Amino acid sequence: MFSQDLSGFWSLWITVITLGVIGFCWWLLNGNRVTDKAPAANGEVQTTGHAADGIEEFDNPLPRWWFLMFVGTIIFGLFYLVLYPGLGNYKGLLGWTSTGQWEDEIAHAEEFYAPTFQNYAQSDVITLANDPEAMQVAGRLYQNNCAVCHGSSARGGYGFPNLTNNSWLYGGEAETIRNTIINGRNGLMPAWIDMLGEEGVDTMSNHVLSLSGLDHDVAKAQEAAPMFQAICSSCHGADGKGSAAMGIDSIGAPDLTANTWLYLQPGQSVYDSVSYTLRNGRNGLMPAQARYLDYGVELPANIDSLSAQEKAQLMPKLHLVTAYIYSLNQGK
Amino acid sequence: MTDKIPTQDITPVDAGKKRKSPTTGNEQSDLYARRKHIYVKLVKGLFQKLRTSATWVLLTGFFLASFMTYEGRQALLFDLPNRQFHFFGTTIFPHDFMLLAWLLIILAFILFFVTNFAGRVWCGYSCPQFVWTWLFIFIEEKTEGSPNQRKKLDKAPWSANKLLRKGTKHLAWVLIALATGIAFLGYFSPIRELIPRVFTLNLGPWESFWLGFFIFFTYLFAGWLREQVCIYMCPYARFQAVMFDKDTLIVSYDTARGEPRGRRKKSADPKELDLGSCIDCDLCVQVCPVGIDIRNGLQYECITCAACIDACDQVMDKMDYPRGLIRYTTEEELAGRTTRFLRPRLIGYFTVLVAMMVAFVIAVSGRVPLELEVLRDRNQLFRITNTGQVENSYLIRIANMDQKPHTYELSLRKADGIKLDAVPVFNLAGGEVRQFPIQLLGDLEQLPQVPAVDIEVHLVSKDDPSIQRTRDSRFIIRQVR
Repeated sequence: MFSQDLSGFWSLWITVITLGVIGFCWWLLNGNRVTDKAPAANGEVQTTGHAADGIEEFDNPLPRWWFLMFVGTIIFGLFYLVLYPGLGNYKGLLGWTSTGQWEDEIAHAEEFYAPTFQNYAQSDVITLANDPEAMQVAGRLYQNNCAVCHGSSARGGYGFPNLTNNSWLYGGEAETIRNTIINGRNGLMPAWIDMLGEEGVDTMSNHVLSLSGLDHDVAKAQEAAPMFQAICSSCHGADGKGSAAMGIDSIGAPDLTANTWLYLQPGQSVYDSVSYTLRNGRNGLMPAQARYLDYGVELPANIDSLSAQEKAQLMPKLHLVTAYIYSLNQGK
Repeated sequence: MTDKIPTQDITPVDAGKKRKSPTTGNEQSDLYARRKHIYVKLVKGLFQKLRTSATWVLLTGFFLASFMTYEGRQALLFDLPNRQFHFFGTTIFPHDFMLLAWLLIILAFILFFVTNFAGRVWCGYSCPQFVWTWLFIFIEEKTEGSPNQRKKLDKAPWSANKLLRKGTKHLAWVLIALATGIAFLGYFSPIRELIPRVFTLNLGPWESFWLGFFIFFTYLFAGWLREQVCIYMCPYARFQAVMFDKDTLIVSYDTARGEPRGRRKKSADPKELDLGSCIDCDLCVQVCPVGIDIRNGLQYECITCAACIDACDQVMDKMDYPRGLIRYTTEEELAGRTTRFLRPRLIGYFTVLVAMMVAFVIAVSGRVPLELEVLRDRNQLFRITNTGQVENSYLIRIANMDQKPHTYELSLRKADGIKLDAVPVFNLAGGEVRQFPIQLLGDLEQLPQVPAVDIEVHLVSKDDPSIQRTRDSRFIIRQVR
């Protein structure tokens, strides 16, 4: 592991310089505290002898309280160096670290906001989705954690699903959304070029276009229909409406009849996108978000057997985000 | 002249321990001089009356202004945790920081102008350091008596009387310091709730810190350090000389008239004794709060409080001499020439000052209490919807800087063929800041054959059309290959 400690020499180097500077300050203050240029008893003033443009320099004394303030800063500095890390590898009596301070602040914030989030955790997803104030809080969580991939408007992009069109890879029920966020998803579309061949990819692409009612070659689409039933239907369903429509929330095979294309690049035709998918396969990854949303949460081994209420209390921020995603699809 | 106490010169003659230098034989002294306490004698007179009036106005303002209310809320409240600064009907946000900067610059120029014209009027009559110092000296005189009595008391061994007098003085000082601290805190934390919380010891950590800070430094600065603050800490005191010229009003001793100084009987004719008007009574020194002898000429320590003028005028009256041996005058006048009040420098300061004030008033009156930011999504520049439209996402941030709630409507300008996706109406409470994601859509065929177009996003309050903001952004249509 990478060590943050300095080597012995550099540690000593910093210690010597730090203490040396403090010692120098003390010498400067104390060693120069006497002047023989002070005004004489008869009021006659001597100057230091420095003169520029006829302006001469007095050597008037500083106020003593000022000197004592300097002494005070030296004492403060020494105490500081005993308590805090400042001398090379010495860690300080208080054991302060910047990481520790950050963790303290996080813990403080968690504690400060915990009642608010726990309060929201008492409500179910549907109630929260209709609570404008809760959705404001959830919207900020979404913008901080989810918008980087799914966009600020949650409409997704190339490879990132649109979360607002009520078209789901894994299902749009509140608990399915929650599980997607907790554990992440890994959607795999295998490459079919070896099975289908170039001609098969062409005909199957036309068949897929036909499912969404897009322009296609009818003859080719019909030719691929038996092959679709033989290999594609096991995931996408016999009617092509996807795995979620079959009640399976683990495969993530998209609905091919919804005219929604996750991997459609701007300017690309649907045919090109679909045939590319058939030829090369696709691999979609949604990372597990539980530990980012609810910082540092430890998921129990029986996480899948917990009730919605228990999950909400364990991960209240994730609960809010679930409600937010759910709310985006209401009325659609 | 039984009242006389020795002259106090703050440039110590015999500071610290004296010892003979073994090498030079010169007198050596400590470069860190012990401060000599100045026993200030309070005096009555025209300028003292002026200062007392100014002090009353300033102290009353400071202690009571935070109690004013406006529409059920504290009229002057600087809410640091929420970053909102309320001045009656106006709320200033951190976005308006430039206004504060300009206000401070204007205040600085007022200072330059006044100083160039009339010297250190600020120091003498309105600086909090000496407003509080005079108050503390007044208490000192009430509890410990005249300067001579105070001096005697300081030298006397501890006794019940000394303890009582000193104790009363310090108690009064601390109470004033406490009141000062509470009054100051009251501008940052609602004062009507603050006062009961102070006395039930129910303060937050920052409130406690600043209360302690203000109590300590009021007590220290006005009670103990006094002129040391002006001489050694205050930068203004040191750079005032830059603003001075020969026509600036200064408090000065008329050397030509006063010298040679000397004591005499009231009945004696100074001309026969070959003396000037100064009877060398030393009163001007005794009343000086910074411990200088004004007869030594213009000194950087002088805060132009004019206590010496009042003291000297009293003496002149008693002696039946004309007043004004020490007076507000100018170097030109002292040299026997006439003072030129209208001089290029003063006119220059004035012109700049007026120009800045006009600009400031225009800026404040034209301030729109609405802030709009339009942020493009950074990851996905644009997308094609399944109906073939181009869609761009933006995050708009609206800050309602008004105290009232408003309903705002968003519209597009300079955006042919581009429309908003949803009904763009936003309700914001007074002082609220919120972000909203919005989408703009356009038909690919109707949009120009360019990669991107400039658009203008316009936000206007439905209830007050003068509250509006326009921001530029881009709508990206297609990839450049």
